[in-house]
Amino acid sequence: MNTSLAWLKEYVPDLDVAAQEYVDAMTLSGTKVEGYECIAEDLDKVVVGQILKIEKHPDADKLIICQVDVGQNESVQIVTGAPNVKEMDKVPVVLHGGRVAGNHDGERVKGGVKITRGKLRGVESEGMMCSIEELGSTRDMYPEAPEYGIYIFGEDAKVGEDVAKALGLDDVVVEYEITNNRVDCYAVIGIAREAAATFGKEFHYPEIKETGNEENAKDYISVDVQNSELCSRYIARVVKNVKIGPSPLWMQRRLASVGIRPINNIVDITNYVMEEFGQPMHAYDMSTIEGSKIIVRCAKSGEKFTTLDGQERTLDEKTLMICDATKPIGIAGIMGGENSMITEDVKDVVFEAACFDGTNIRLSSKKLGMRTDASGKFEKGLDPNQAMLAINRCCQFMEEFGAGEVVGGCVDVYPNVRTGNRVKLEPEKINRLLGTEISKEDMVAYLAKIDLEFDPASDEIIVPSWRQDVHVMADVAEEVIRFYGYDKVPTTLPYGRSTMGGKSKQMIVEEKARRVAHYNGFSQAMFYSFESPKVFDKLRIDEESELRKTVTILNPLGEDFSIMRTVTLNGMLTSLSTNYNRRNKNVRLFELGNVYLPKALPVTELPDERMKMTLGMYGEGDFFELKGVVEEMLSECGIKEELTFKPSDKIAYFHPGRCAEIFVGTTKVAELGEVHPLVLTNYDFKEKAYVAVIDIPTVVSLSNYAYKYEGIAKYPAVNRDLSLLCAKEILAGEIENCIKECAGSYLEELNLFDVYEGAQIAEGYKSLAYSLTFRAKDKTLEEEEITQTMDRIIKGLSKMNIELRQ
Amino acid sequence: MKEKLQQIRENAMKQILESDGLAKLNDVRVNVLGKKGELTQIMKNMKNLSAEERPAFGQMVNETRQAIEQLLEETKKKLESAELELQMKKEVIDVTLPSKKRKVGHAHPNTLALDAVEDIFVGMGYEIMNGPEVEYDYYNFEALNIPPNHPAKDEQDTFYINDKIVLRTQTSPVQIHAMEQGKLPLRMLAPGRVFRSDEVDATHSPCFHQIEGLVVDKNITFSDLKGTLEEFAKKMFGEETKVKFRPHHFPFTEPSAEMDVSCFKCGGKGCRFCKGSGWIEILGCGMVHPNVLKQCKIDTEEYSGFAFGMGLERISLLKYEIDDMRLLYENDDRFLKQF
Repeated sequence: MNTSLAWLKEYVPDLDVAAQEYVDAMTLSGTKVEGYECIAEDLDKVVVGQILKIEKHPDADKLIICQVDVGQNESVQIVTGAPNVKEMDKVPVVLHGGRVAGNHDGERVKGGVKITRGKLRGVESEGMMCSIEELGSTRDMYPEAPEYGIYIFGEDAKVGEDVAKALGLDDVVVEYEITNNRVDCYAVIGIAREAAATFGKEFHYPEIKETGNEENAKDYISVDVQNSELCSRYIARVVKNVKIGPSPLWMQRRLASVGIRPINNIVDITNYVMEEFGQPMHAYDMSTIEGSKIIVRCAKSGEKFTTLDGQERTLDEKTLMICDATKPIGIAGIMGGENSMITEDVKDVVFEAACFDGTNIRLSSKKLGMRTDASGKFEKGLDPNQAMLAINRCCQFMEEFGAGEVVGGCVDVYPNVRTGNRVKLEPEKINRLLGTEISKEDMVAYLAKIDLEFDPASDEIIVPSWRQDVHVMADVAEEVIRFYGYDKVPTTLPYGRSTMGGKSKQMIVEEKARRVAHYNGFSQAMFYSFESPKVFDKLRIDEESELRKTVTILNPLGEDFSIMRTVTLNGMLTSLSTNYNRRNKNVRLFELGNVYLPKALPVTELPDERMKMTLGMYGEGDFFELKGVVEEMLSECGIKEELTFKPSDKIAYFHPGRCAEIFVGTTKVAELGEVHPLVLTNYDFKEKAYVAVIDIPTVVSLSNYAYKYEGIAKYPAVNRDLSLLCAKEILAGEIENCIKECAGSYLEELNLFDVYEGAQIAEGYKSLAYSLTFRAKDKTLEEEEITQTMDRIIKGLSKMNIELRQ
Repeated sequence: MKEKLQQIRENAMKQILESDGLAKLNDVRVNVLGKKGELTQIMKNMKNLSAEERPAFGQMVNETRQAIEQLLEETKKKLESAELELQMKKEVIDVTLPSKKRKVGHAHPNTLALDAVEDIFVGMGYEIMNGPEVEYDYYNFEALNIPPNHPAKDEQDTFYINDKIVLRTQTSPVQIHAMEQGKLPLRMLAPGRVFRSDEVDATHSPCFHQIEGLVVDKNITFSDLKGTLEEFAKKMFGEETKVKFRPHHFPFTEPSAEMDVSCFKCGGKGCRFCKGSGWIEILGCGMVHPNVLKQCKIDTEEYSGFAFGMGLERISLLKYEIDDMRLLYENDDRFLKQF
């Protein structure tokens, strides 16, 4: 919403504030200003001049030398190439040292263009005459300006007057962010009411004069509203013998100041009234309305209709239409029809001011893909009581401008008259909610400023019908502090029963995991939660896999963002690939984010959101380094039980020989592997990459941060080495499990220190060398006990066909 | 004998003082005090002395030995420290050579900013809570006083899963979940991911993060809201930070406000971050709307509350001067390394 300060002063004549002061105060009282522009800020020393004499330039065919009266003692000499000026014309002249807003090509230049005296082909020129573009505007806004050449004023322009003033450019345009509860502020009078209240000035409502001849509109037109739930009010008035022509300059200037292009008297008047009252209006050519009857009804499904922009639209049964006895003539509240539009040779006009259901208009305009100025206003939900003021205002202008003969009376279909709310004034409760001590009298005074009158008889606030946002005590409280001043409300801290602040166990586990990732060189990444269904193919995920069952977005930004992810690998590999292809070396990333697993398809309840810790890396480091990080992370996250790493060839995106599922007991907590070479290719990767995914909820369920001191060993340890020979397929983990089982409680540590395959041993075999540390808590171990234990181990291993290496 | 002893002593003293290294000093010790040393020899010759002379001479020998030993010890210490000195001189390193670092990972700027916010509110007794990102329409809108077909629903460009389930457009639904649990008083902070159908560009992302705060208790006032958020702003952006509350509108709070903080880049003088105004809009807040409390079966006669919400990216982008939101989701190592 834009207004100009000059326009506001029409209703608040005493408003005399600088632009900055105005916007600051308005923002603090609740009418938020987004920005403002002094239209003429780039114009300096530009005055109305009158050309007294024109001579030819002695040395240039296309230049002329003008003597111009600029209201000073002596006329000034200006050389110009403009083709459209003649003697006695009044033109804008920028004097030596002044500035204009645009360049010769009609483009605005920030800060303006400085003009100085100079010689053109040897002849002195004291300044420059200006086109409308050089003055910072356009022919759209000033249609009387010539297409090429200098702007020429009417005869009544005053020589020497500041051009900004003469053209109405000496104004400030303010842009507001109006919140959707304040429909009344989508109108100049709404803003003016707020401005008057903010600055403590008097608000003058526009004077609307009664208009109309002896006839009655009812004899010209009838209105039948068939869907009254979608059209709470419909008013029609008639103007005869219309003369289309330009509207007065003051109205054109006012519209131009808020960026509305002047067209002709009828369009300008309806636009002006729409800005002023926030009430969109429409004008129909009476002669096109068959049966002299207006019917408001919903369209038939699939019905076609051509709007006045020449586009054919397909409607559905929820689109509200304005029709005559036989056909639609406009889409209600959105756009009129081509078949009823006003043309140059219109004779009689029907003006419409109606109030349509905001939601219906919003949905229809969305469906049709047409958001017009009118629909933008209607969809906020207008006050039907404004419609009568607006249509009368409109007829008043028609009459004042001599644009036609207004027919008396109106057709007004308004079955349920809207009245304002009444809300009890509860000063004590208001003060208790705000933490203030404002007296009842002060409250009443603040409220009265914006026409919320207090009724002492009932102790109630009478809310005007244009304020549909005031229902309860809290709403009244807001109106009170808006004018009391948010800044005057004291600052306190809540007191009362204290609460336990803190974080959940999962958050603590996530923090620990994050810390381990950081120590190990992993930086935190963030990925989108939605991705393309194509990722499953990229990750080689089986057609039948559960992972392909997704929560799907009905209205995604595109297919690439259409499903909620069920795996985290795509995000990780995409980011690693971005880094890889930007030549970043040795990159390690981690992500903490959810996957979304539907409980059933189609989705009827919320999906299972599972937090995953995903680690990914390329460059330095290998499978075992990442394995170490995962072990450290799980341990720091409070998992004390032993982890089992099971090889798996079921994880499609991993190298089948280089990946593991990680279990605590029988519960899977994580998976880890080298990324499958084909997947790497799909992500445009030419190096190995490793990824681990940890399921955080599972970790949380197993996590335990209880610690217990078990003393420091008092008795000496005994070390033995064990060099084994076995078939290649036997896993180190199996061997270790066997050793641990056989060894019993004396085994304190077991370390693999060498793995060998090669010429020294038979083909298909490998050698593993372990160092074992034995210790008892309560005694020094005897040689014999160690020997017995070692024998048990060797016997146990031999059952697995594992021999001592000779 | 006496002369000889005197001579040994003088000779030894001289040799000790002339020693220029620990090895030489040791030679002197062996030559004089060793088993075959001069002083040991002279002791052996004591048997040639008369019984009367022996004690006095013995004492002289001992004195001599002590004197020599003392000098030996002193000299040894001097030489040792000189030698250490020399050794350390050889060991001088260039401390300006580059360090050997263990490569440590970096936090995401969003996490840095979030940790700072969470710490402040946890310190004030707030519990950090989470809620679902895929959410029922009811929690995201209706329970928050946004009835079906309310224009606010359109403004928020919602992603729909079906007519009942949406990707939450705000963290405010966590308020409802928290209040429904019925445990009062309530002080909670709910950070989390939210979604809006905005095309990706330098200032928009369809995925971003908000932080929601809620306090419900007896006698909670708008002045408490102001005080709490002012305290937060000072802790977050510096003690000298000023705050400004402007009226605003949110369906789930009344009265509502937006809070600006004095620009933490220029201190309020005006710069490119605050677009010359000296103020930065940081959060929306207000007193919980009675309809919302009632929806959660909280007695509005007894209880009141305030709520606030802020965009995490707004804080991290401004605080760390990140000029393009896309950087946050691109995960370029050269970007992440800077935090």
